Amino acid sequence: MKVEQWFYSLSFRFRSFLHPAQVDEEMKEELREHLKQQIDENVAKGMPPEEARRSAILAMGGITQIEQQCRDARGGSIFADFLQDLRYGFRQLLRSPGFSALATLCLTLGIGANAAVFSWLEGILFRPYPLVAHQDRLFAVAGTARGETGATGLSWPDFQDLRRSCSLCEDAFVSKITGSTLSIGDHADKATGSIVSANYFDAIGVHPVLGRGFEPGEDVGSGSHPVVVISYQLWRDRYKGDPQIVGKMQRFNNVPHSIVGVAPQGFYGTFVGWAMQFWVPASMEETFEGGGYKLEDRDARWTEAYVRLRSGFTRTQAQQEISSIGARLERSYPATNRGRSIGIWPLWQTPFNNAATLLPTLKVMVAVVAFVLLIACANVGNLLLVRSLTRRHELSIRLAIGASRMRLLKQLLTEGLILSALGTVGGLLVAYWCRHALVLLLPRRSGVSMYLPGQIDARVMAVSAGICFIVTLIVGIIPAFQARHIDLAAPLKAESSSVVGARGKAWMRSSLVIFQVGLSFILLVGSALLLESLQKIRTTSPGFTTTSVVTTAVSLVAAGYDEPRAKLFQDELIDRLTALPGVQSAAFARVTPLGYGTYSSTPIVVDGYQPSLEEQPALEYNQVSPQYFATLGIPLFSGREFTRTDNENAPPVAIVNQTMVKRYWNGQDPIGRRLQVKGRWTRVVGVVADSKYESMRETPRPFCYVPLRQDFVKGPALNVRTDQSLPALSAALIREVHALDANLALYEMITLQEQVNRSTSPQLVAVTLVSILGGLALVLAGVGLYAVMSYAVAQGARELGLRMALGANALKLLRLVLSRGLRLTAGGILFGIGAALVLTKLLAQLLYNVSPHDPLVFASALAVMTVTAVSASLLPAWRASRTDPARVLRD
Amino acid sequence: MSRPTDLVQGTLDMLILKIVALEPSNGWAISQRLKQISSEVLGVSDGSLYPALHKLEQRGWIRAQWKPSENNRRAKLYSLTRLGRKQLEKETENWNRVSAAISGIVQLEEV
Repeated sequence: MKVEQWFYSLSFRFRSFLHPAQVDEEMKEELREHLKQQIDENVAKGMPPEEARRSAILAMGGITQIEQQCRDARGGSIFADFLQDLRYGFRQLLRSPGFSALATLCLTLGIGANAAVFSWLEGILFRPYPLVAHQDRLFAVAGTARGETGATGLSWPDFQDLRRSCSLCEDAFVSKITGSTLSIGDHADKATGSIVSANYFDAIGVHPVLGRGFEPGEDVGSGSHPVVVISYQLWRDRYKGDPQIVGKMQRFNNVPHSIVGVAPQGFYGTFVGWAMQFWVPASMEETFEGGGYKLEDRDARWTEAYVRLRSGFTRTQAQQEISSIGARLERSYPATNRGRSIGIWPLWQTPFNNAATLLPTLKVMVAVVAFVLLIACANVGNLLLVRSLTRRHELSIRLAIGASRMRLLKQLLTEGLILSALGTVGGLLVAYWCRHALVLLLPRRSGVSMYLPGQIDARVMAVSAGICFIVTLIVGIIPAFQARHIDLAAPLKAESSSVVGARGKAWMRSSLVIFQVGLSFILLVGSALLLESLQKIRTTSPGFTTTSVVTTAVSLVAAGYDEPRAKLFQDELIDRLTALPGVQSAAFARVTPLGYGTYSSTPIVVDGYQPSLEEQPALEYNQVSPQYFATLGIPLFSGREFTRTDNENAPPVAIVNQTMVKRYWNGQDPIGRRLQVKGRWTRVVGVVADSKYESMRETPRPFCYVPLRQDFVKGPALNVRTDQSLPALSAALIREVHALDANLALYEMITLQEQVNRSTSPQLVAVTLVSILGGLALVLAGVGLYAVMSYAVAQGARELGLRMALGANALKLLRLVLSRGLRLTAGGILFGIGAALVLTKLLAQLLYNVSPHDPLVFASALAVMTVTAVSASLLPAWRASRTDPARVLRD
Repeated sequence: MSRPTDLVQGTLDMLILKIVALEPSNGWAISQRLKQISSEVLGVSDGSLYPALHKLEQRGWIRAQWKPSENNRRAKLYSLTRLGRKQLEKETENWNRVSAAISGIVQLEEV
């Protein structure tokens, strides 16, 4: 009913807007017609023509008046009204350019912060892969283990089974990040790439601009298809855009690969955070990752995979089917798949790339920018409110000469719309400039090109338009509250306003300030909590020495070393390094803690420990060389370190950590007890202290070590404990490596401290972003407070003058105004504390060893807020104290 | 110039809707119809008829269409819309209720 009426009314008005002249002419024609009929009738009654005409006009009662009444009845065109309001609004804004600029700036910052964060959400989480088709149906799949959160890789055979039997999946493909040394001409460098299944390019709908993608069957066999597709950027920068590139050979990790294709420009692969430079088929996995042939090994969980669902199916439906596939695999292959299944995640929760690390931060950012937007709106609303008071005169005159209140409200909303539209345009520009800002906050590492783009697409535009609409309503309606109270006699009455009396008509302004102060207090608490937490993370000991240990790796895999040669090289290098002056010890380890490598995981059997029926004891372990614990400074509690004699010919041994002793041996010394790792019985020879393995925020967990020689990998990380500086050691290291083999390259050399810092970079991002926005909010709230106090002082000049004339001194007036400002602030802080106590729980995921209710943090936020409030009120207060009673009372 | 009273204004809308409901008519025909049935009592002038027609059209209760008429001229014919029919029913019902109540009151015998 309502809708129908709207439809009629709108189409009617639309016609009036499009063809005003025609509509008017038709109306006149209708009246002329009536007149003519009347005249005809009069003539028919026997009147003379002249008399007939006169009488007809008289009967109608004035054609022009009727025409005007008809026009009024039709109503003015809303579009014409709107255009008029728009013109008028622009004139109003241009009349006070300072006000308009300030209001637009506030909204630009508020809306810009939102648009930027939403463009990051879009570009990093929701549509992270440029040029990839149907990202709305793309999901990440990875392995899960019963009773554990988080994800592991999928083994290649498991992936193939999934791909074959998943009926809801349109396609499934593997894309596992890897790295390689890449030397072109005399320039050697590192490059990041992906190991993919052969259907990769077809599955994502990306077609190489030169050459081809991979052919079916190229992901079968061991090292059997050395072909590579390179990125557009690599082709342009490193091969100078060579049009004959397809078919040329290029060494990756010292294995010649034939370049078969060049990916299109703007395609960066499928790994959130990093731009891929090359793609190789899964058959080449060993060349890049080492560790043996894995395509037939169900126990090697190395792949990172995606599925694209058939349209119309949900993740829940797919998860059901995929779980049942996982259960079937578990039944068919109990030796490798017991207690394991397969999980499916939306792209924005992908567990194996930077989506997972940035998600908690970006979630918090959504709330933070919403606050900043509200503060900006409150600010602009307040400015408009103050201005609407100075415009009372104009508004009441418009009312007096017949404008409807509805029309005035429309006018105020139109002015709000102009401001918020300007703010939205500015905000989108801000978002555009900030689209690559996240990359700047993350630590650079060599050989990796970071890519975390904000993306401003139709959906981000739509969200921004929605925000613009809400802002229009908020900033348009706040002054309308005031306009409601306007009565026609207002311009005639004297304005009475009080500096002290916060009641009465000032309540709206005061509550807006309280609101602003409260919101920015919350943001202050948030940034302080994150800062405190980062401080704690950076100063907490990870359980090993960070400052005097340098970590790197030697490219043995790339150089094509076989196992005996690699073993020999490793021993010789350790001997040479420990002989260097200033080097205390050196050791290899498959993975350095808190680095990017992933540990091997294994089901375990512990002698004397009876697991419950559902329990499948499993843990992650590291393969380390002798002197590893001495080098990293991990305390040895009992037993011994590994020695050179713990080699492939000696009985298998293991070293466990304290938590493992507590969990599996009831805290009793386990030296000499048996432990099965990877299906092989080992004897425990030592107990070491717990340390951090993958993240500074993890809680202690069972962990064990086996000798590198008894579970060999060719390309382990090298750790050197030294009292020398990094550059000095670096030169010596390169010299020693090249003395053994001039063809070997060393990977990036960093201290363990740097490695720890890199692992905490998501926290750094969160701190930086929240602090920037918290600072912005503080400034906005300060400006709001300042504006309200200034206005109050200006309006209350008469009262201030009177007080002064009656004997109040300057100091008293200063105190009067300051105390009003502080009262507002106190109200805001009270509101802020209440809200912060609830809201900071949202930060828990980002906090480390800091309570979301940390009293110290609240106290320091309180101090900062108070200082800001005092500074914002000081200038108006000082102005109040300079009131000249004689002048004010005379005016 | 005669501005009808409020009561008459509301009634005028109802009368126009009723007339148009009987058959689609142009302004002249409506005015003649009005005169026939009510001019003596209500005194509706043509001056108030046309603004009322335009207002009803704006509300979506009646729809105007230009149709060719005799002697090669065209006439603006008003017809009732679905919305207008509902409105007419509502107003008629209202009218019946109010007039019944009023006549009930005026017919009370004075004591």
